Amino acid sequence: MQDLGIRVLFMGNNFIRLLGGLWITLKISLLAVALSVVLGTLLGVVMTIKHPVIKAITKFYLEFIRIMPQLVLLFLVYFGLTKSFGINLSGQVSAVIVFTLWGTAEMGDLVRGALISIPAHQYESGAALGLTKGQIFLYIVIPQTLRRLIPLAINLTTRMIKTTSLIVMIGVVEVLKVAQQIIEANRYTVPDAALWIYGTIFFLYFLACWPISLLASWLEKRWKN
Amino acid sequence: MSEETILLEVRHLRKDYGNGAVLKDVSLKLEKGEVLVLIGPSGCGKSTFLRCINGLEPIQSGEILLDGLSITDGTAKWSEVRQKIGMVFQSYELFPHMTVLDNILLGPMKVQKRNRKEAEADACQLLERVGLLDKKDVYPRQLSGGQKQRVAIVRALIMKPEIMLFDEVTAALDPEMVREVLDVMMELAAGGSTMMIVTHEMQFARAAADRVIFLDGGEIVETGTPDAFFDKPKTDRAQRFLNTFTFEKK
Repeated sequence: MQDLGIRVLFMGNNFIRLLGGLWITLKISLLAVALSVVLGTLLGVVMTIKHPVIKAITKFYLEFIRIMPQLVLLFLVYFGLTKSFGINLSGQVSAVIVFTLWGTAEMGDLVRGALISIPAHQYESGAALGLTKGQIFLYIVIPQTLRRLIPLAINLTTRMIKTTSLIVMIGVVEVLKVAQQIIEANRYTVPDAALWIYGTIFFLYFLACWPISLLASWLEKRWKN
Repeated sequence: MSEETILLEVRHLRKDYGNGAVLKDVSLKLEKGEVLVLIGPSGCGKSTFLRCINGLEPIQSGEILLDGLSITDGTAKWSEVRQKIGMVFQSYELFPHMTVLDNILLGPMKVQKRNRKEAEADACQLLERVGLLDKKDVYPRQLSGGQKQRVAIVRALIMKPEIMLFDEVTAALDPEMVREVLDVMMELAAGGSTMMIVTHEMQFARAAADRVIFLDGGEIVETGTPDAFFDKPKTDRAQRFLNTFTFEKK
């Protein structure tokens, strides 16, 4: 066992440090997800408005965010803002901003899609019963929209959690950075630590995302119409 | 036709879509308890006409009166008017996320603010009448088309509307399911309900109607009793339309 890299994992407080890194990862992603859900829902509703200016603006925002690699966005916010405007944001704040910008765009598109997928006839048959506009939304449109939306939103959440691994590049010490530090520190004594440490990270990500994916597919099955 | 028994009156209704008129100048009166069947070729405006009556389509000019009061002058609240006008659609439009019972109870509970117990008793009685009481707790996706449509009829009936509008309610159904829906409608007609029906089922139209109206090109071309209309249509256009339903060996 002496020669196996796995011992690095339990040397000192290495494992606790990894978990600490994972917590940073999750904290940033979940904060960004929460903000994205709120802002994305608003954006999605706005995107259903048939107004040329609103359409152009939201479309530009969506396409811009989608075309830009997340890494470039991170650099833009973290380095670019400092350089051009002297705004000094910490890595974590920059990460939350970028992932919220991205999540809002994706979420907005999902909300828009879910909203327009409710056939006009559903609104009409509600109206024909004498329901008011508000009641139609509350009892007919929103419940059906949520059923379509939640599985998709959950998948977006796991994508966001995974993509946070990029924030290493702007110096945030999250799970991947901690791993690199541990590996570097033991480069001479335990040369094959990388396999074990990255392997552990694989499982940590898996453990974080798998339950969320399971929930998504469970809901999808349950709500299948 | 005496003035007191007129439930619905339409005066010079005009409806445009884009730059063309779908309904040019349609006027008619409907008496309490009368069953009016609207027929005509596709695109003649008969479905649009029904949709105008309960405000699903705005009209360009003309007037619609229910119980002698205008419902198109902007003072009437549609949510109140629509409680008096039940509508059943071609594609059923049940709410897929609700059970049959919840579909039926949504209107009585949220619009009429009735308590659930009492409304549920009504719902069960109506479901029994259309032979679907055992389906009250299932979701629409578990029903056949004919069953869905019967539920949709119950959902409209429970509001105790003064008029029922049926918009090609059997057009999406398999032939063997058409009957079960039409039987329910025949029963309603016999029970004295006021109904306005758009249909392509000519045999049914003849049996159920008190009066037939033939629409073509956005206007009423001919109106008459079912026997007179189907046996001896007065106009060429009606004759040509009816001929499309009969076949002769060549």
